[in-house]
Amino acid sequence: MADLRSEEKIKTRKARAEATAVTVRFAGDSGDGMQLAGDQFTDTAAVMGNDFATLPDFPAEIRAPAGTLPGVSSFQIQFSRDIIFTPGDRCDVLITMNPAALKVNIPNVKQGGLIFVNEDSFDEAHLKKAGWKTNPLSDATLKDFQVIKVPLSSLTANALKDHPLKLSEVERCKNFFALGIVFWLYDRALDHTIEWIRDRFSKKPEIANANVAAVKAGYNYADITEVLPIRYEVKPARLEPGTYRKITGYEATAIGFITAANLANKTLFYGSYPITPASNILHELAYRKNYNVKTFQAEDEIAACGAALGASFGGQIGLTGTSGPGMCLKAEMMNLAVMTELPLIVINAQRGGPSTGMPTKTEQGDLLQVLFGRNGESPIAVVAPKTASDSYQMAIEAVRIAMKYMTPVVFLTEADILNSAEPWKLPDLSRLPKIEVKHPAQGSGPFLPYSRDSVTLARPWAIPGTPGLEHRIGGLSKADLTGNVSYDGPNNEKMIRYRAEKIKAVANDIPEQEVIGPQSGKILVLGWGGTFGPISQAVSDLKAEGIQVSQAHLNYLNPFPRNLGTILGQFKTVLIPELNMGQLLLLIRGTYPRVNAVGLHKLHCQPFKVEEIKTKIRELI
Amino acid sequence: MPETPKKIAHTREDFISGQEVRWCPGCGDYSILATMQRTVAKFDLPREKFVFVSGIGCSSRFPYYMNTYGFHSIHGRAPTIASGLRCVNSDLSIWVVTGDGDGLSIGGNHLVHAMRRNINFNILLVNNRIYGLTKGQYSPTSPIGKVTKSSPEGSIDYPINALCIAIASESTFIARTLDSIPTHMASVLERAMKHKGVSFVEIYQNCNVFNDKAHEPITGREVRDDRMVILEHGKPLIFGKNRDKAIRLNGLQPALVEYKEGMDTKNLLIHNENDPEPNYAYLLTQMEYPTMPVPFGVFRDIKKPTYDEMLDGQVQDAIKKRGRGHLKELIYGSDTWTVK
Repeated sequence: MADLRSEEKIKTRKARAEATAVTVRFAGDSGDGMQLAGDQFTDTAAVMGNDFATLPDFPAEIRAPAGTLPGVSSFQIQFSRDIIFTPGDRCDVLITMNPAALKVNIPNVKQGGLIFVNEDSFDEAHLKKAGWKTNPLSDATLKDFQVIKVPLSSLTANALKDHPLKLSEVERCKNFFALGIVFWLYDRALDHTIEWIRDRFSKKPEIANANVAAVKAGYNYADITEVLPIRYEVKPARLEPGTYRKITGYEATAIGFITAANLANKTLFYGSYPITPASNILHELAYRKNYNVKTFQAEDEIAACGAALGASFGGQIGLTGTSGPGMCLKAEMMNLAVMTELPLIVINAQRGGPSTGMPTKTEQGDLLQVLFGRNGESPIAVVAPKTASDSYQMAIEAVRIAMKYMTPVVFLTEADILNSAEPWKLPDLSRLPKIEVKHPAQGSGPFLPYSRDSVTLARPWAIPGTPGLEHRIGGLSKADLTGNVSYDGPNNEKMIRYRAEKIKAVANDIPEQEVIGPQSGKILVLGWGGTFGPISQAVSDLKAEGIQVSQAHLNYLNPFPRNLGTILGQFKTVLIPELNMGQLLLLIRGTYPRVNAVGLHKLHCQPFKVEEIKTKIRELI
Repeated sequence: MPETPKKIAHTREDFISGQEVRWCPGCGDYSILATMQRTVAKFDLPREKFVFVSGIGCSSRFPYYMNTYGFHSIHGRAPTIASGLRCVNSDLSIWVVTGDGDGLSIGGNHLVHAMRRNINFNILLVNNRIYGLTKGQYSPTSPIGKVTKSSPEGSIDYPINALCIAIASESTFIARTLDSIPTHMASVLERAMKHKGVSFVEIYQNCNVFNDKAHEPITGREVRDDRMVILEHGKPLIFGKNRDKAIRLNGLQPALVEYKEGMDTKNLLIHNENDPEPNYAYLLTQMEYPTMPVPFGVFRDIKKPTYDEMLDGQVQDAIKKRGRGHLKELIYGSDTWTVK
């Protein structure tokens, strides 16, 4: 503990240094407010102009027994002066609230990194709950790190002794005290957080006052304590000029779909059943009804999908969202959308599987499921955002493709993409494309619900209520043109081929795949979805070391971009890192059998570390 | 029926789709289809405003034969599709056609939730107490002991009572009718169509191939007057070929009593469709053959705000309170910064 008697002596200006990129990790019990502290730190990084990327990592249990390993909730952020792609492999600074948080997170700290521990919590009971046989603060466990012992609980209590709060309420303010310390360490402004606290607790001024006092006390404590001799400054990043905001994947997804509905001049109907990690999309949308959004919390996953399909049938944008276990349940309804050729959009927020798996953790295990997990020949378009902010653009794409081609589309995202936050350069609204939607009106001849557009092969989208276009659709095999029930074999094959051709035709209507780096050579790193961050960082780091590798990242998984085969053919080896056992790898090998594709797989339900990808690339060179 | 003269002169023929009807000859569904076509023709609503949504099963072929919009969906899920459609279209007349297997077994969950939400559409549950399309397995409404291909020693499943499910789910309109008395069916269907909110109609239907005469002990021409009691709002429950039997309450139980024309009816059970409590309607569902006559007609008809109008209301309220959302506000959020 800092010697408080030396307070006067050290109230001098401390040394300052500049840091280019810093990774901070907050860790505590799931009730300790670590996600909140992390969010506040992130917001401040945003308003101070840094580039940043975040990784919330929390347990599935709402409140696992306090002080235990399964109850540890963490939040990691990398913020920097340079452009960065990931929340950082390991952190420079770890803030822990108890012995369990320390134990879980030691592997996440860089050698020589700074670890703050809440000294008050290292009593026998807490140590035992966390499974420490001896006190790590008094043996050699932490010899590779700089450990800063802070009696967080008692300092917070002391700082708030004049505040009219219960003891338990005082204890809950210690996350802000800790946040104050880190704010000081990186020379951050407190205004944003103070404003946020005042706003959040506007109806409970005593709580607001206490939290403001706690964050200030933490800041001042760091300023006077001699154990922190130096503070660091991280200058604003040289981002592209423009207006920015902080955005999470949830927000970008939700507002992306709202934007698409607005561009198409349609109601957005979202049918969903609560499931981690998709529920936040439901929350985001439910709050935005004034954008002509209708949310429907269904009785189950099937009903959520059925209601969305009903809304599509009704001429609006039918959207449903879930995670892997829910995808299993929606499969039959998605197939009905394939057969009825209606524009249904399905969000799959991938989490660790199989079965219930790891609900709050990330994975890429559902690619083959969304492509093939239905009976019969059932082609569906699949798009995948690669970062939190990219979700915006890809949501618009999902809607555009679904409506133009009259097909279900899967928006395949991941827990980590949804949970993470990054700066987002706001799009120019005037340059967003209008989404043209055509609905037929009564013509001279009989209405043919299964006639097709000659280019897109889409069938007409006739809305119930339109005079003269009364027709029946359903899951039984359809006769060409009339859509009547047909048991004719050759007709059945014709219709199956139409549907397959229709999805293939989408390839003519999406951007060509880009390659970052040389257009041919030894190694291309090919990724999809949330591996974009670590792959980009690995490729960029290696380039700085003089190792040139190329990178391509897929946003479109079905169909593939039309030039993908040509691109892959230019490289001796295509490395495909995936958070699964090689699902894209299987598709690439099957689609382009001459390509020498190798995989890199990780099944820890954690994102790749940059170092893991770099190691693999080095191995291949 | 509308009070004003009809603007649209529809006939039953306008609602015949022209697709070849493929039910077995003698199937009770023919009578239901014809009655439905006649009923919707009576209303002053154009054909394009009707949508029939079904699941899987014999009765679920229904939409193909109606010259309206139709959706033949997947097993048990019709209420889900109808729900989504209703949420985005307030001016359609939506009908879900389901059966005892489709609605009460594989789709039981959706049926319950559509009813408790009081979402504004009509549900017809065609009950023949058998799986017909899969060729004769016992269904959730088959009586215990029923011998079928999948229950050669007799079914050991206790049957479910469709109307009890409707009452437990707080459906705001609950009725029972039958395929063999089209006039009764027509009056019930008209009432269902006029009801605002969910309406649930169980139709006793005969599957002459796999479960012939399943309802005959109750609805057979010779016996029905003595074994069916027709419910009429505000009137006592009197029945019998000679109008010589009635129902009164014995404690909490309905009891049979003799009745003579002119007798004081004040001690008899007087039918009240609008009882805000479900107890009385539930009591009616418990009247089963052979101990009691089986009630037909409207069991319950109450008013409650519908899901779809409340959903629209929340959207309108949100617009009123926060203003119609503009993309710029949506995208900018609360905090932005500028890089030069």
